[in-house]
Amino acid sequence: MNSGIEQPEQTAQLGETLIEVENLKKHYGGGGMFESSSVKAVDGVSFSIQRGETLGLVGESGCGKSTLGRTLVRLEEATEGTISFDGTDITTLSGDELKTWRRNAQMVFQDPESSLNDRMTVGEIIREPLDAHDWKTKTERQERVLDLLTSVGLREEHYYRYPHQFSGGQRQRVGIARALALEPEFLVLDEPVSALDVSVQAKIITLLEDLQEEFDLTYLFIAHDLAVVRHICDRVAVMYLGKMMEISDTEAVYADAHNPYTRSLLSAIPHPDPSTSSHRITLPGTPPSPRDPPTGCQFSTRCPAKIRPEGYKHVDEAVWDAIERFREVVRERSRMSLSTVDRLKRQLGSFSAYDDIDETVTDLFGDLDVPTDVSEHIETAAGLVKEGRPADARDHLNDTFNGACDLKRPDFHPVGEHNHMSYCHRHESDYEDVTPVITRRTSDS
Amino acid sequence: MSREETAESARDEGDPLLSVRNLQTVFHTDRETIRAVDDVSFDVYPGETVGIVGESGSGKSVTARSIMGLVDSPGEVLPESSIRFNGQELTAFSDAEYREVRGSGIGMVFQDPQQSLNPVYTIGNQIREALEINRDITGAQATKEATKLLESVGIPDAKRRLDEHPHEFSGGMRQRAVIAMMLACEPDLLIADEPTTALDVTIQAQILDLLKDLQEERNLAILFITHDMGVIADISDRVNVMYAGQIVEKASVENLFERPEHPYTRALIESIPGEHSRGEGLNTIEGEVPTPNAPADHCRFAPRCPQAFGACDKMAPQHIDVGETVEHTAACLLYPEDKAEGERLKHHRALAGGDDVKTEVSNDE
Ligand SMILES: Nc1ncnc2c1ncn2[C@@H]1O[C@H](COP(=O)(O)OP(=O)(O)OP(=O)(O)O)[C@@H](O)[C@H]1O
Ligand code: SF4
Ligand code: SF4
Ligand SMILES: [Mg+2]
Repeated sequence: MNSGIEQPEQTAQLGETLIEVENLKKHYGGGGMFESSSVKAVDGVSFSIQRGETLGLVGESGCGKSTLGRTLVRLEEATEGTISFDGTDITTLSGDELKTWRRNAQMVFQDPESSLNDRMTVGEIIREPLDAHDWKTKTERQERVLDLLTSVGLREEHYYRYPHQFSGGQRQRVGIARALALEPEFLVLDEPVSALDVSVQAKIITLLEDLQEEFDLTYLFIAHDLAVVRHICDRVAVMYLGKMMEISDTEAVYADAHNPYTRSLLSAIPHPDPSTSSHRITLPGTPPSPRDPPTGCQFSTRCPAKIRPEGYKHVDEAVWDAIERFREVVRERSRMSLSTVDRLKRQLGSFSAYDDIDETVTDLFGDLDVPTDVSEHIETAAGLVKEGRPADARDHLNDTFNGACDLKRPDFHPVGEHNHMSYCHRHESDYEDVTPVITRRTSDS
Repeated sequence: MSREETAESARDEGDPLLSVRNLQTVFHTDRETIRAVDDVSFDVYPGETVGIVGESGSGKSVTARSIMGLVDSPGEVLPESSIRFNGQELTAFSDAEYREVRGSGIGMVFQDPQQSLNPVYTIGNQIREALEINRDITGAQATKEATKLLESVGIPDAKRRLDEHPHEFSGGMRQRAVIAMMLACEPDLLIADEPTTALDVTIQAQILDLLKDLQEERNLAILFITHDMGVIADISDRVNVMYAGQIVEKASVENLFERPEHPYTRALIESIPGEHSRGEGLNTIEGEVPTPNAPADHCRFAPRCPQAFGACDKMAPQHIDVGETVEHTAACLLYPEDKAEGERLKHHRALAGGDDVKTEVSNDE
């Protein structure tokens, strides 16, 4: 694309930092006195993206990947923190300055079905950003669109077609052409191939790679498919519940993950090769709500490497698992009891809302040999639940069984070469390292 | 025991539970007739998991809906089709008889659990209703059984959860609840159409583990449909690969990934971004999956096949034995591999003519 679009001065060179994110937060809702109930979609992340590289961003749905991507291109306002783009903090830009900057950073969306306006021709869709920025003359705009169509592997005669006449893969090409129209330096690709079949996926990935080389693009590639990310990214960042858990060069993350969450996530991918019997760590439960994240480590409710309090080292795996599951149940119940309406509804429905806790205790602990210094606390908590005081039960269990992971947020520790960073207490010298713990705890399952 | 052996031993133990022969399902539209499922045959034995894998539009879901009797106008299951379940011919069933089978013999799990759950009723009500209708269990007994079912699909605090509505469950838990509802009918066969596609990998892993456990406990047969080669490798004993309404290759899961024989299967496996990193390049398949709107008097993969030759546009390939151990067949004119082109074409022509028995014997020589 040497169509001579004037760019704001380019100072950074290939391999230099293009984007530097510091302690970025994006909270939705809440605000003022309700801040505590806001959704903490992105909750304090710091990282950088080098010019010309592809940084992958992976994690489960709702972990904040898309919000982070949208915030980087100013489709969302940051709640806190800074995003420096070529040295300028873009979180404070507004008006004309913002409009000019926007040319630099564009976004491609997941769903080629809904991200294109069905009433406009493909040509009009791609031309729209050029029109909006009053780019050159009408004829030149037209020519530019034709160039773009060829660049993304479509044909010039597609100019007058409508999106619905196109397949999913072709529509995604249209979305990419549109994002490229103003010759940006940086593209956020939000699950660009997730909705496509494998054979179509492969073609779009190849196209993205070619375009990157041709136009020196820098990508943030958001995806939940870890195999695709491994293929296309130079570095990878893993997110969980608004936090960045690990970041490093792609191969370092895949072959030598340090963080317990990354390891669990990687082990959960089913391999298209049935002979590799890699050991799978199946995580219990689901991620907690970003409205009410755990106080300590965000991953502490599901972590296979969670640190136990000093006094309970003797308790065996099965009993400890049951304790964690029981705590989850009690936490759920205390959360419910926050809502009076819910509580009333529940009490009207049965004689006592809490009469079935014993059944849950039996279900969880019935077959196990539970030491008394555990069982007495479980009984106390069950008693409190039956009295209709689940929050007290939760607090009792917290006081008894809380360890480092429940109590304090970990630091982001350097764990190897290539700026390999991981968010976990176990990287401190006071604790046993992640690998032996996970191996021991998951060996008999 | 390897899965290959499991697959084989399941097959030694008598008759298939589900036997689909020459299934043809068409959709009549103003302009054309879409042969969404075009001459599909396969078996499912008790206790085994059979996978159907293929790209979007290949006919996987229509196959599942045909078996369940859920194809409505403008769709039609053509009369030559046969679907035998537990010895009964389902294609001859009335709507009422089909409902009965769906309530007892065959359970179905879809990609979107909302499709199977009523948002207005509690999860408990829906499971109790299934118990009452299908197994005549009511009252306190039903609540007890429903609790047990929810526990068996790994939902903690099951008894209290019975009183909750579907919207109070997460996506993965809703899928578990649907599976519990299906188990309430004590089915012999579970048809699962992309049951984990909408879920995150860690939740997908939970559901796959759950299905394997339930299968072991209950000797459940599972027909598992997905577009994801990784998932198919994880869960299936044997696999059918579909392309444009037809099965192009059948094999045990090991054979399929170790020795894929059909050019389409090979291309599909090669286009998965695997354990390679940047720079290795991905293999792609040129062109797109066609809509099967003409009779299959040719190979539907021919326009995209790197190995296509003259005859591929002119005659329909038949399934040919390509393996030594368990059933492994590919529908491609390149086989039987040891024969010259003329011989091969003659072989396919003879099979198409209906002399299966004779030619199969001569093939074994
Ligand atoms: N109600 C319908 N009317 C017309 N055509 C239909 C109908 N339902 C399905 N088809 C066609 O039948 C073919 C097979 O569709 P099917 O839904 O079985 O594919 P699939 O393999 O399940 O795809 P996916 O992976 O996208 O779920 C497609 O060409 C589709 O367009
Ligand atoms: S800090 Fe604790 S809970 Fe968090 S990842 Fe590390 S071990 Fe697990
Ligand atoms: S029959 Fe011909 S076109 Fe079809 S898969 Fe075989 S070689 Fe390719
Ligand atoms: Mg489908």
